[in-house]
Amino acid sequence: MSILLTKKTRFIIQGITGREAINLTRENLDYGAKIVGGVTPGRAGRDVYGVPVYDCVRDAVAANGGMIEGSIVSVPPKFTQDAMIEALENGIKLIVVVTENVPRKQVAEAVELAELRGARIIGPNCLGIISPGECKMGGVGGPAANTRQAYTKGNIGVMSRSGGMTTEIASTLTAAGLGQSTCVSIGGDAIVGTTYAELMPFFEADPKTHAIAIYSEPGGRMEAELAEWVLENDSRLPIVAFMAGRFMDEMKGMRFGHAGTIVEGKEDTTAEKIKRMEAAGISVAERIEEIPDLIRTRLARRKR
Amino acid sequence: MRFYEYEAKALFQKHGLPLGQSKLIDNSSGAPNQARAAFKSLDCGPVVLKSQVLSGGRMKAGAVQFADTADEAGEAAKAILPIEVNGQKCRSILVEEKTPIEQEYFVAITWDGRAKRPVCVFSDMGGIDIEEVAEKNPEHVSKTHFSSILPLTPRIAKEAVGATGVSGSDLNKLAPIVFKLMQIFLKYDLTLAEINPLAKLKDGRFLVLDGHIDMEAEARGNHKALLDELGIGDEETRQGRPPTEFELAGARVNAADHRGVAGNVVEFDGNLGLVIGAGGGSLTLFDAIRDHGGEPANYCEIGGNPSMSKAKELTKLILSKPGVEKIAVMMNVVSNTRVDIVARGVIKGCLEAGKDPAETIAIFRIPGAWEEEGFKILEKYGVDYCDRTVSMYDAAGRAVAKMQS
Repeated sequence: MSILLTKKTRFIIQGITGREAINLTRENLDYGAKIVGGVTPGRAGRDVYGVPVYDCVRDAVAANGGMIEGSIVSVPPKFTQDAMIEALENGIKLIVVVTENVPRKQVAEAVELAELRGARIIGPNCLGIISPGECKMGGVGGPAANTRQAYTKGNIGVMSRSGGMTTEIASTLTAAGLGQSTCVSIGGDAIVGTTYAELMPFFEADPKTHAIAIYSEPGGRMEAELAEWVLENDSRLPIVAFMAGRFMDEMKGMRFGHAGTIVEGKEDTTAEKIKRMEAAGISVAERIEEIPDLIRTRLARRKR
Repeated sequence: MRFYEYEAKALFQKHGLPLGQSKLIDNSSGAPNQARAAFKSLDCGPVVLKSQVLSGGRMKAGAVQFADTADEAGEAAKAILPIEVNGQKCRSILVEEKTPIEQEYFVAITWDGRAKRPVCVFSDMGGIDIEEVAEKNPEHVSKTHFSSILPLTPRIAKEAVGATGVSGSDLNKLAPIVFKLMQIFLKYDLTLAEINPLAKLKDGRFLVLDGHIDMEAEARGNHKALLDELGIGDEETRQGRPPTEFELAGARVNAADHRGVAGNVVEFDGNLGLVIGAGGGSLTLFDAIRDHGGEPANYCEIGGNPSMSKAKELTKLILSKPGVEKIAVMMNVVSNTRVDIVARGVIKGCLEAGKDPAETIAIFRIPGAWEEEGFKILEKYGVDYCDRTVSMYDAAGRAVAKMQS
């Protein structure tokens, strides 16, 4: 099993005729995705690798008899909010936003609307979702051959604020013989549609997920939220976290890496995040390569 | 992007928030004379002189001083000018009327990444560290979330203020100020709008004594008119410290074409040049280099499939830094960046800088798309490389070991 995404998920790509979106289309189709349409205004009637292009989401939904579950938004930053709202108002329930540099107010507005519509936004500034061996939605893993090399089907859930590090962790797990159930690149912005803690109930409900690996960074309160969630819900899933950017703790006000990666107050530092996560029973790895052994140790302890 | 206090206050004034009388003087040698003149023209009695820096801790550093006479104001300006606050030089000095205060309040609007909504933090114990108040007197701090899409109406400000026990005419005078701050926050894509202290004067009036505004860097383009009005140019990054020449050159490399990223350069004082990526990978690798005892000359990020010329120019820039003889070229397993293009770029960068790639590139660790092609090129030039079987941490260790041998 997997979360959020299966091989049956039918989705569209907004901005499908853009350079990056064309690559996305190829890579996702090659990995088995059911892409049933694309949207670029003024380009109706064309196709991208056989995927029909429509002028607007409404037309794509109508052409598919309303049977569209998801959308990848790959449009320039100034059109991104409009694209998110267009997907939401046409009944799409899972929206993966890959675009970077969208102001957080525009993201927050769309996310609030998504809550009202009972929909979920992943990202912005993310590489999307992959359920290895099933399907992927977004640029995660790159071309299908590269994706198959790094990702294998299995029982570890992965959540990451970095798209690239999602693949690094999956690749490390794969090399150690640990496959993945679903990996989610949640995005590197200060406000993202879905946080670690919000994904936990999905993993918790997935019998095929046995443990979680996360990649984390300075900035924001997402790790504190995860720690609280774990304590309050008595999670069955062992979690192993890797924390990057320790050097930033002493560099207040400097932004590194992602838009959300900045130390403004004490709670933003890696030291504080590590403290909170460890207090909630989350194992914190010093290096990526320690993750597989830490997971195995935690799983073995659980079985006894 | 942080505003100076005087810029924040100009924005507040534009929106009708109550401010004391003030004059801004520059940071030239003429500042003491200007301060004396400002004292006289304000004609309001005692004044406070505040260094304009993009940092907290001004009072502690001596960059805020009081004056009862024009001559004292001159002396204070002279004393403030050379003081650096957390590495920030004095940009100008704000001379402001000093008012007798009855009580200080705190109000800040910011984004809560957990609730994904704006949150108003209000306290009737202003003027001091709000985190400390929240810890010791939590009943004196209210946190009130509000919607970014529903109509913003004044009741939310009333609730925020009232939650700390404020009532009577104070409530009715404070709530409109808090409400205006909420409006300003949303209107200008701010990430922080703070007034601390917000003072109640002995005569019953309320005044904004100090303010802190941060605007979202990505939204600057939407607020050009305001930024022009305030005289904030595009070249001002307003990060935790001003950019160095090296960092500005890095920004120019990245801006040269739109394909991918090869930039976000931050200067450090070590000797090992880093060509690393992507966002998360760079953070991981920078930690790894330091953990092995290496001394990075820089931080940077490549990713999103940069053009060969961008990778080349970034390499040349890093190699141009005095003392940098070697670079480490490393990334996490890449998805959309092509290994061969980066390999070509860094090798060409070394050659154009007049250096032997085999000697100069301490390690090349970028596994992923097009890696076979990339590895072939690296072999041709005798560059030490590794694939994904060598961890990011161990690759960083190999680079550091070469620096020490």
